Amino acid sequence: MTEQPTATTTPTTTATPITPAGPRSAPGPLPGFAYAPAPESRDLAEIAPSYGLYIGGEFREAHNGKSFTTLDPSSEEPLSEVAYGGAEDVDAAVRAARDAFPAWAGLPGAERAKYLFRIARIIQERSRELAVLETRDNGKPIRESRDTDLPLVAAHFFYYAGWADKLAHAGFGTDPKPLGVAGQVIPWNFPLLMLAWKVAPALACGNTVVLKPAETTPLSALFFADICRQAGLPAGVVNIVTGDGTTGAHLVAHPGVDKIAFTGSTAVGKEIARTVAGTGKRLTLELGGKGANIVFDDAPLDQAVEGIVGGIFFNQGQVCCAGSRLLVQESVQEELLAALKRRLTTLRVGDPLDKNTDIGAINSAEQLARIASLTEAGEAEGAERWSVPCELPSDGYWFAPTLFTGVSQAHRIAQEEIFGPVLSVLTFRTPEEAVAKANNTPYGLSAGIWTEKGSRILWMADRLRAGVVWANTFNRFDPASPFGGYQESGFGREGGRHGLEAYLDVR
Amino acid sequence: MSGKPQKAQKPQKPQKSQKPPKGSTQDRHDEQQTGRTGQDRPDRPREERTTAVRLNVFRTYKLFIGGAFPRSESGRVYQVTDTAGDWLANAPRASRKDARDAVVAARKAFPRWSGATAYNRGQILYRVAEMLQGRREQFAAEVAAAEGLPPGTAAARVDAAVDRWVWYAGWSDKVAQIAGAANPVAGPYFNLSTPEPTGVVAVLAPPESSLLGLVSVLAPVIATGNTAVVVAAEPAPLPALSLGEVLATSDVPGGVVNVLSGRTAELAGPLAAHQDVNAIDLTGAGPDPALARELEKAAAENLKRVFRPRAEDWTAGQSTDRLLAFLETKTVWHPMGV
Amino acid sequence: MPQTASAFADVAASDAALRRFLHGLPGVDAVGLQARAAALATRSIKTTAKAYAIDLAISMVDLTTLEGADTAGKVRSLCAKGRVPDPADRSTPRVAAVCVYPDMVPVARQALAGTEIKVASVATAFPSGRAALPVRLADTRDAVAAGADEIDMVIDRGAFLSGRYLQVHDEIRAVKAECARPGGEPDAHLKVIFENGELATYDNIRRASWLAMLAGADFIKTSTGKVAVNATLPGTLLMLEAVRDFHAATGTRVGVKPAGGIRTTKDAIRYLVLVNETLGADWLSPDRFRFGASSLLNDLLMQRQKLSSGRYSGPDYVTVD
Repeated sequence: MTEQPTATTTPTTTATPITPAGPRSAPGPLPGFAYAPAPESRDLAEIAPSYGLYIGGEFREAHNGKSFTTLDPSSEEPLSEVAYGGAEDVDAAVRAARDAFPAWAGLPGAERAKYLFRIARIIQERSRELAVLETRDNGKPIRESRDTDLPLVAAHFFYYAGWADKLAHAGFGTDPKPLGVAGQVIPWNFPLLMLAWKVAPALACGNTVVLKPAETTPLSALFFADICRQAGLPAGVVNIVTGDGTTGAHLVAHPGVDKIAFTGSTAVGKEIARTVAGTGKRLTLELGGKGANIVFDDAPLDQAVEGIVGGIFFNQGQVCCAGSRLLVQESVQEELLAALKRRLTTLRVGDPLDKNTDIGAINSAEQLARIASLTEAGEAEGAERWSVPCELPSDGYWFAPTLFTGVSQAHRIAQEEIFGPVLSVLTFRTPEEAVAKANNTPYGLSAGIWTEKGSRILWMADRLRAGVVWANTFNRFDPASPFGGYQESGFGREGGRHGLEAYLDVR
Repeated sequence: MSGKPQKAQKPQKPQKSQKPPKGSTQDRHDEQQTGRTGQDRPDRPREERTTAVRLNVFRTYKLFIGGAFPRSESGRVYQVTDTAGDWLANAPRASRKDARDAVVAARKAFPRWSGATAYNRGQILYRVAEMLQGRREQFAAEVAAAEGLPPGTAAARVDAAVDRWVWYAGWSDKVAQIAGAANPVAGPYFNLSTPEPTGVVAVLAPPESSLLGLVSVLAPVIATGNTAVVVAAEPAPLPALSLGEVLATSDVPGGVVNVLSGRTAELAGPLAAHQDVNAIDLTGAGPDPALARELEKAAAENLKRVFRPRAEDWTAGQSTDRLLAFLETKTVWHPMGV
Repeated sequence: MPQTASAFADVAASDAALRRFLHGLPGVDAVGLQARAAALATRSIKTTAKAYAIDLAISMVDLTTLEGADTAGKVRSLCAKGRVPDPADRSTPRVAAVCVYPDMVPVARQALAGTEIKVASVATAFPSGRAALPVRLADTRDAVAAGADEIDMVIDRGAFLSGRYLQVHDEIRAVKAECARPGGEPDAHLKVIFENGELATYDNIRRASWLAMLAGADFIKTSTGKVAVNATLPGTLLMLEAVRDFHAATGTRVGVKPAGGIRTTKDAIRYLVLVNETLGADWLSPDRFRFGASSLLNDLLMQRQKLSSGRYSGPDYVTVD
């Protein structure tokens, strides 16, 4: 080989630089390409100082006059005072939903469909406002609320709108009936998206709903109430009762509710299942997970790294289907971890409203404490911790993207759902071992497979006990695609034709 | 028609008050008190009973666990009578440890059974129907005795059970096509939802329909690849225990179906609470709503899928409800690109 | 010995060895790659960052004319534009190079005398490369002799697609040898054009990247600008990743040049974001990253005027060349 200046032994020398030309030299040697702040405007979402409960088509104060404060978790700045729904309020909402039920269920499906289409369109129209609102109340990066949450919310209403007049063709009998009043309790990680997952199929099937949004993220549901108003939705078809776990418990226990749909923690899911036992109320649960993201040595590595990053750091890892366990084949462990760490250092942590932010704030002090406590347990149990070196804002709830190596199945961080930006790295040697480790959990919500070998993907997918298996991708969602778990990740599916079953009297 | 219970030939029962309380564990000497002998057992052809030149060989009814026929580890039995209260057999009264063993056997059998091709499962289940058909007379007699049905009706129930088994056998390689979906997602992804068996399913068989009801709750569970622990109808377990013998001779791998007889309330509790049971069919707890509620509560501990009791007419047409109830939907995504 | 050779001494020992190596590179999932490029394309580059990016992009432009109708006059006016991109604002950086056909190299050389603007010449029977190797080498030799600082060669896509990797490798090395200048004069730098649009798959682009870098390319370049599919964000991202991995393995820094179809400031900034997030500051320099473009420059200039004046500019306020 000819000696060329391009090929030298020191990593710092290289092809002879082609000197930049110009009347003045090229822009100075900045430390990288410092992106200037690019904040989305807060003013896009006008948040009122206080909100009432939305019952029977009207906003009203809580019966006991109580309220609670919802915060911007990135700054701890109070956003609004929200009415705290008690037993009387839940009762009023259930009665409003019951009153509205016969007329709503009696509407021709095509008419119900049009209401849902209207809602979908209004969400699209107001999506920028709603994205800002969601980011402020939740702490998630505007890039995600804008590019993931809101498009999926609108798409979900669009998808189920189209089912409303086609239920006879859905495989649940020729004249499937709605259940009645659906009580729906949703979490704080995707406030508006979880609302859409619950409300859209319920309404399409002819049910009326009482929805209890999460305590820390009530605002987008209240904005949704306004969207219902704009759409001309009949009063009482959608009722929003804000509050905390006690409010949710009132709703679950209310005898006037025919169906409970819950997304949240497995512990609460079990409590709800016990409450509902013997009542005949239909129940669907979408609960926790400890998803295994399995990387083989023949994986498309750069995309696998992206999939791992998206799998655990999307929404600060506060995702039930997060790929929180990385199972990497030992033969590629070193290379993959080096690439992963290199990639993690490019994550931009900070102001959720900045369009260039990749990692926003943790949703609440309580959640931050849980993440901190589990990561401390990880260190105490001997796993090796590595966190992205980054400066975290002083106000608000923040946690640096973190990964643990040297994790074994017995560690708490390999077993318990952390629900935060923390990845546990385990290794395997054979496909059988990967399956065994992946399935070694009471959960069964999601799994990922990374390999270029098609037959291995199918072999693995067949054996993984998980409701959603992403092969050579991760954390993809679509209204047409059923979502839900095995075992303690819950039961019932949301999305797709399967999602209708939860809101029809199928047996 | 052979195998007809010969009620007319039986000595008149003494007084009702002398009858042992239903379901009590009694001593075999009761037989003499009620004037009953093995001659009257429904599985003996009439000629044998009338000739009386030789003594019949009794069949000892046993549990069916992991492909074997153990007695209850507890050594307990309970008396099974016909609807008139006459002794039919001493059935094993399974314990919670038997239930545990049955779950272990069912779990062990799950990978192979769920991993078998649907075609293969269908073939094996059809074989079960063939074997059932071959034992039609025996089952008709057992059903008649168990449910107090006239012989023709009992035989019709057996026929219906055979037909129902055939119906479900045929579903094994079709259910994925009605319960699965190709999902048109908005992106360059191949997206397919397929149903998969839930796992180990505990089935409380309906007390009122000893064979047809049993088949109606069991066949849909295993047709899709689940394995089952069945608690036979408490008052009428003999057809279920006989079904175990049919399954054992039908290429159904050991452990796919495990049959327990005994007290439903005693066995259902541990099964509902068992952390390695994935689903429970509470049909057999239907007559006792308080029990059904307790079981549903216990089932919440590991979030079992619960099939709640409901009014059933076992002779009515069949539906896919039970087939679809013990399935998980798995959705697999893969990018499409070059 | 160069580290390239020691780290991968046996890779190009035979056709079989080279094939094994190239086919052993990690595969590329097309959808994942495209999704990553699309996500980076949503980066919002504003105010000071935008000003920085615009000037950087201008300084990275290989101002190009590659037409059958090219004349000395056309090349001279292009060179004048490269020297003073915005006559109204002398603080505007100059472009990196002017890129022409070999017969125009003397014209450009003369027009750019006294500046550091490089003369780049396409060669090797550009754009198809469908000429005998001696002809392609003579084409290169001619351009180098005429004073080209940089040679943009095309690979034989036919050979590549039919799996004759060693042939492609050896031809790049042969062209590289033609870039050498005797007597202490700096060698011409070699940019190797893959014509991604013809390689068709991302796996091929990754293999071509490694093949060219192993053969001694100073730059790898996406396209000729003469086929339907030219530079794309995902294709360029993939090449940047290959450069990153090659650097990690050998310590050698290779440059990247997307060419064809990049017309707007927004496009250019998206490419710079790819560079920034894949390779970092070391590659944010005309030494390591170029844009092969012609109309891009005017859009950059109009955006630059907008930033300094606060008003949107128009095509009448930049020069047409």
